[in-house]
Amino acid sequence: MSKPRVVIVGGGLAGLSCTMKLCELGVDVDLISLVPVKRSHSVCAQGGINSCNDQTRQIGDTEWKHFDDTVYGGDFLNHQPPVKEMADWAPKVIDLMDRLGVTFNRTQEGFLDRRRFGGTLYKRTAFAGATTGQQLLYGLDEQVRRWESQGKVTKYEHWDFLGPILDENRVCRGAIAQNLRTMEIRSFPADVVVVGSGGPGLVYGRSTMSVMCTGSAASRCFQAGAKYGNGEFIQVHPTAIPGADKLRLMSESARGEGGRVWVPRKPQDSRDPKSIPEDERYYFLESRYPEYGNLVPRDIATREIFDICVNEGLSVEADRLCVYLDLTHIPKPELDRKLGGILDIYQKFQGVDPRDVPMKIFPAVHYSMGGLWTDYERTQAGGLRVASPRNHQTNIENLYAIGECDYHYHGANRLGANSLLSCIFTGLFVAPGIQQKLSGMTKLSSEYATVHKAAQDEHQNRHDSLLKRDGGNENPYLLHQELGQVMTRSATVVRRNDQLAEAYETICDLHERSKNCSLSDTGNWTNQNVVFTKGVMDMFPLAKTIVKGALQRDECRGAHYKPDFQFPPLQATTDQERHREAELWCDRFEENNKKWLKSTIAEFDGEHPQITYEDVDVSIEPPRPRLYGLVGAEVIEQVWNDRRAKRSADVAENQAAAT
Amino acid sequence: MIKDAYDQTISSFTVRIERQDGPGSPSYWETFDVTYESDMNVISVLQRIAAMSETATGEKTTPVAWSCGCLEEVCGSCTMVINGKVRQSCSALVDNLLDGTDQELVLQPMSKFPVVRDLVVDRQRIFRSLQRVEAWVPVDTYYDMGPGPKVSRAQQEINYPLSECMSCGCCMEACPQYTKVEVVRADGESDADYDKRVNEAYDTQFIGPQAISQAMLFNSHPTGAQIAEERLELLSGPGGVQVCGNAQNCVTVCPKEIPLTTSIARAGRAVTVHKFKKWFGKS
Repeated sequence: MSKPRVVIVGGGLAGLSCTMKLCELGVDVDLISLVPVKRSHSVCAQGGINSCNDQTRQIGDTEWKHFDDTVYGGDFLNHQPPVKEMADWAPKVIDLMDRLGVTFNRTQEGFLDRRRFGGTLYKRTAFAGATTGQQLLYGLDEQVRRWESQGKVTKYEHWDFLGPILDENRVCRGAIAQNLRTMEIRSFPADVVVVGSGGPGLVYGRSTMSVMCTGSAASRCFQAGAKYGNGEFIQVHPTAIPGADKLRLMSESARGEGGRVWVPRKPQDSRDPKSIPEDERYYFLESRYPEYGNLVPRDIATREIFDICVNEGLSVEADRLCVYLDLTHIPKPELDRKLGGILDIYQKFQGVDPRDVPMKIFPAVHYSMGGLWTDYERTQAGGLRVASPRNHQTNIENLYAIGECDYHYHGANRLGANSLLSCIFTGLFVAPGIQQKLSGMTKLSSEYATVHKAAQDEHQNRHDSLLKRDGGNENPYLLHQELGQVMTRSATVVRRNDQLAEAYETICDLHERSKNCSLSDTGNWTNQNVVFTKGVMDMFPLAKTIVKGALQRDECRGAHYKPDFQFPPLQATTDQERHREAELWCDRFEENNKKWLKSTIAEFDGEHPQITYEDVDVSIEPPRPRLYGLVGAEVIEQVWNDRRAKRSADVAENQAAAT
Repeated sequence: MIKDAYDQTISSFTVRIERQDGPGSPSYWETFDVTYESDMNVISVLQRIAAMSETATGEKTTPVAWSCGCLEEVCGSCTMVINGKVRQSCSALVDNLLDGTDQELVLQPMSKFPVVRDLVVDRQRIFRSLQRVEAWVPVDTYYDMGPGPKVSRAQQEINYPLSECMSCGCCMEACPQYTKVEVVRADGESDADYDKRVNEAYDTQFIGPQAISQAMLFNSHPTGAQIAEERLELLSGPGGVQVCGNAQNCVTVCPKEIPLTTSIARAGRAVTVHKFKKWFGKS
């Protein structure tokens, strides 16, 4: 019997950490990636990676609090056992990356330096300048290269994953991929296929994501029958630099290191920002959220920036929406040491030194909390069972998903510096489960030659007919632009049902039109035109899933904000009245959770996503209103806490009575 | 808006691109007219060209092939020669390029790497060189063993800039001692046989500034230094640090301003010590 093999799709943090861990466990890996793995999108992550640590622990932090911040930040849409396991592992993940030589910033004494990130009051975030993702990716890339030199990994870089190979029982037996240079289509027999292909930012046209983040790999699994969870939960990062080709991220770490967001109180005040006196500046985040200040979670910061520009008309510029992100009060040597990478990006692309002049920023699509549905096996203690083959398996047997392209960990909104953690954690954690899975197999993928051949022929035919197709007059690049516009307009910060319904129609229309794309290159050598066209066609199933999920979800939760379903703020002026309003508010909150505290699960029927809902495992920490100390909402928090205290007292009393 | 030599606002500009259909094919030039938009970089120019696929004289053509990734100068994908200078195309802003006397953009593939198509080149040799110098920390295991060795802030501040190297290839393109190696695939040759032949060809040639710098990075890490002598042995062999002719072009073109010549000098000294130790039988 030949040796089992694993195919990993994607060479970012998740794919690489999974690869190296499998190699250590003695499993051979074929690693498929669109780009040389060292160039994966993880390089764009800037700010850092979270864990409870020696310093925070001594002021009351625990892994449990990291877990709690994560589920509170995610508006309780996260299944809790995976989050708990991740938070418990976080210190170990950072220790490992430290041992791999990642050049984390150091304190004077030589310990890992930490900074604060959004949605927490603790300094949990380890960082390497402002290029933490790059540094972590390189650490893993180096380890995988080490295994490559020993023949344990075969890299297939510049290969496009075309889909999983399923046998007649819909069990995954390998992957199909296409060489981007020779255009060869090949089947890769595999006993387990792990997809770690990142997010689908290009569905929005421009985003903070890299050009290969088309979502096509996840979409191809989805179209093959894998379920997709929480698609409508798309993170819009509060601070990015608008650009013609890309919206470049300006890391949350800028605020973590003391950066302040403000607008002039006088609309479009044309004075030099540094000459505007303090009392004529509106630090709106600090004033609305005094406890968290500029470090409220991303969805909240994004909505506030949007609100200040769109509804209050206080955008810094008249013809372009933006606010100031100001670092000019921080000493330059400190900025260089901790934020050099991102400040250089701003300077290079905007021609202005942010050490001297406040940056102009605006929100941009950044991350997908949703992704391929995956399973897990829970322990009694509330975490995940180590080495369970169920962990991170999709509903397709032998097909796994990890990293940004799975739907776990971040719920309705991801906290900053948790994505690097979830990617590396899932990659490492899933490996022993896969090993278990392999060891239980009686028949290996090498015995499915006819299945592999059939899949390869099918994809080859599809490719050939795409090249041969004539008569179509749709331009794939322009269709992509149209898709990006409709997605950005309807399914980002503010969502309205009429717009979403219209957007869904438009996307269906674009999807139909994409079937008539004409290629300007019909050759069979490094044909980027046909690869792009296929990628665009595969965006529609995900775009439909995002929009339909958003349309059906009539509530506000995390990044999904529908003003028509927002709870009105308390209006009353007397304490007694406010208290009564808060009681009603909390009743409504509980009712809404009964209806909507559910994961959106989509299955693709070939044309449309069919949506059902799945209960969320909130057995570790019950959901609570997500207010972050908002000024004016204190009484809601108080009413909620009273209710909770009463409930625990009742439970205790019942237990006492029972015994 | 940008203006031409007569201070007229321009609405479009010319882009000349050196194209090549595949390995071994002759190169040829095509010219495109691109409508000016504010905040354009070379990437957005190439995106417009791909969408129209039409030359300046109105002839239909195939989209120009090029590589790109992050578009914010951290992935190293989009290196090309722009108006004669090797650089990342994402951070090449049209307003700056057309500023001054140049009224057109000239885009060419890197010359030190085999052309795959148009502006796409094969830079596998860069990654091979990282394998040659064993650019990794040889940890025992990925199980939890507590934190890594303590590193001083001063050491971190030396290592971090070296670790920002994104393997873009600018330093090799600019280096006079780094010459192109192109291995033509034989008919019917298997992947494994071809890769083996390619690697053998690469392994006798100059390893280049980035790999030397990476070797120094790992030699200065406490665990990485466990195989420091192996790296120095490689760097003292064929294609090693002695090939450097001290032209210092590498450090000038590096988009990340990595002190490559400092790394090369360190490597040169370390190799000398390593050789002495070998002669006296201590290594």
